[in-house]
Amino acid sequence: MALETTELKESMFRGDPVAHARGWPRHVVDRATWLEIVVGLAEGQGDLLGLWSDGEAVHMAVMERAARGFAIVTLECPDKSYPSVGRLHPPALRLERAIRDIYGVEAEESPDARRWLDHGRWGVRRPGAAAPSTDAPNMADSYEFLPVEGAGLHQIPVGPVHAGIIEPGHFRFTANGELVVRLEERLGYTHKGVETLMAGATLARGARLAGRVSGDSTVAYAIAFAGAVESALEMKVPRRAVYLRALMAELERLANHFGDIGAICNDAAFALMNAHCGVVRERFLRANRQCFGHRLLMDRVTIGGVTADVTPGAQNQLRKLVEETKALVPRLIELFGDTTSLQDRTVGTGHASSELVSKFGCGGVVGRASGRAFDARRTPGYAPYEELSFTLGASTEGDVDARVWVRFDEVRSSLSLVEQILDILPGGEWKNEAVPAPGAMREGVALVEGFRGDILAWVRIGADGMLERCQLRDPSWFQWPLLEAAIERNIVADFPLLNKSFNCSYSGTDL
Amino acid sequence: MLKFLLQGLALSSLTERAPPPADDAMAELASRLESASRRKLGRSLSIREVDAGSCNACELEIHALNNAFYDLERFGLRFVASPRHADVLLVTGPMTKNMREAVERTYAATPDPKWVVAVGDCACSGGLYAESYACEGGVDKVIPVDLHIRGCPPEPVALLEGLIALVEA
Repeated sequence: MALETTELKESMFRGDPVAHARGWPRHVVDRATWLEIVVGLAEGQGDLLGLWSDGEAVHMAVMERAARGFAIVTLECPDKSYPSVGRLHPPALRLERAIRDIYGVEAEESPDARRWLDHGRWGVRRPGAAAPSTDAPNMADSYEFLPVEGAGLHQIPVGPVHAGIIEPGHFRFTANGELVVRLEERLGYTHKGVETLMAGATLARGARLAGRVSGDSTVAYAIAFAGAVESALEMKVPRRAVYLRALMAELERLANHFGDIGAICNDAAFALMNAHCGVVRERFLRANRQCFGHRLLMDRVTIGGVTADVTPGAQNQLRKLVEETKALVPRLIELFGDTTSLQDRTVGTGHASSELVSKFGCGGVVGRASGRAFDARRTPGYAPYEELSFTLGASTEGDVDARVWVRFDEVRSSLSLVEQILDILPGGEWKNEAVPAPGAMREGVALVEGFRGDILAWVRIGADGMLERCQLRDPSWFQWPLLEAAIERNIVADFPLLNKSFNCSYSGTDL
Repeated sequence: MLKFLLQGLALSSLTERAPPPADDAMAELASRLESASRRKLGRSLSIREVDAGSCNACELEIHALNNAFYDLERFGLRFVASPRHADVLLVTGPMTKNMREAVERTYAATPDPKWVVAVGDCACSGGLYAESYACEGGVDKVIPVDLHIRGCPPEPVALLEGLIALVEA
């Protein structure tokens, strides 16, 4: 098939605009325009932010790089198929496999026809489709891992039950001696059917489900979901609530970054750092509970605002904790940077190339440690971050060491952000009680920076005010495949270290 | 590094007093346990954590048991890497169908006498996912459960109360 090169930003705003879409423009395009956009993505003119279906059409969220333009394009699929995005732009491959498993909508000429979320155990096929197939066997299907050929190779299967306190997934290593020549992931073990549960749910139930897609990012997911609903219904959020949301998001980021820094060092057999980081993390979780009534801040962000306010006393405690932590961070940095046995394990280990990170539109620490300076708090940006000053963590080294340093950078930024928010926290209301009736079908979208990277939330709300469709795209969709690339030519024993430095979410991608 | 190590000697411990075992956990265990298995296991338990599809929040709080404030190991409780080393399976999540076989095999690999603790609302009853096509809806749909620790997620103190009940019961 001959494919013409056109400007991505020209084709992604072509087609019929959808009147009830809010937030970003959405256009219904023809197959030719769809393919033009795919070519534009493959050429690096833009990043794929999400690809999903509702059983009737496929939708693709795209960011144009040069102008930083955001749009959603839709292709109707009356015959339940569409031209594959992943054929030319590999980051879409797993998303396409997930769409096929849940909705039965096929990517034409897809180079990977294997199932992804569906392990053949649900007793149903295409559970999200209008007509699910219930005659599916409730037993394991065979699954072909990609072939690896060569002399002296052996395979090491790991998981889904791992040796640590960690989520389930399967890793298939092919090694030559100790050297990994290929890693293939098989995920889907934590698939809970979130998209199907969302369809027809009330907005309140939708918010609870969104807050539990990935438990460590509950604030970021709740803000993304609430943001998408608020954009759909054109709701105003009180200023105090906007700042309290940002405060919670930064507290979540701090707790997770400290947990990760400690855990990475622990996987390099340096338990001292883990012990100290574990103490800091615990202190922040206790501060969360004191300020907002829940250690992980679940269900604290709601549509129209937040469900808990912070007292002046708790604010003072939090301020004190931030001061103590600011004094401790340089010492932790010294401990990390000056411990040569630790540097020996982390420097040069698990290199993620800047080309791949760029191609996959990889967000969060993984992207920023390999030179991709993207942060949803900056682009497209959302309140209140334009009123706050912060620096992004940055490195171009792309190894485990770089990912630790970027986390240290971001810990310092978040500590400063918490202080700034406490300094200027506006008074007044923190919850907009009335969720307006939609009156007609509405759609909204939000892109929010969690500790792991950018989370895309897209909702369609029916005229009755119930959720018709909700799409939550975890940053890990575009990070997991890079883990497979980054382990190549490393030794098997370095995998836990590398895996922890990525810290991709299983539950967030299995949904 | 030396500074950190010296500081550890100079400062008092962060570890907090243990909570008493939870009453309802004791009651639940008393009806489940036979004194014979109690004598065999002694006062030390090895725990294998199994995620049966959780959102990872329960895992975060289980991790916290190892930090300096809770210091789980002082009770003779420790996390081990294999079910073959374990006395207790600590299971989280709404038991997804995709994890069912792995959990059954993990249970079979754990030597007798063994106990199963369901951690979190999802593991106890399926939680928000109870109606899903992809979930069994609670750990006891697949393997017998001896103790339930509720919460979304349960706080570390609640986990400690339940686990201490295991060694006290």
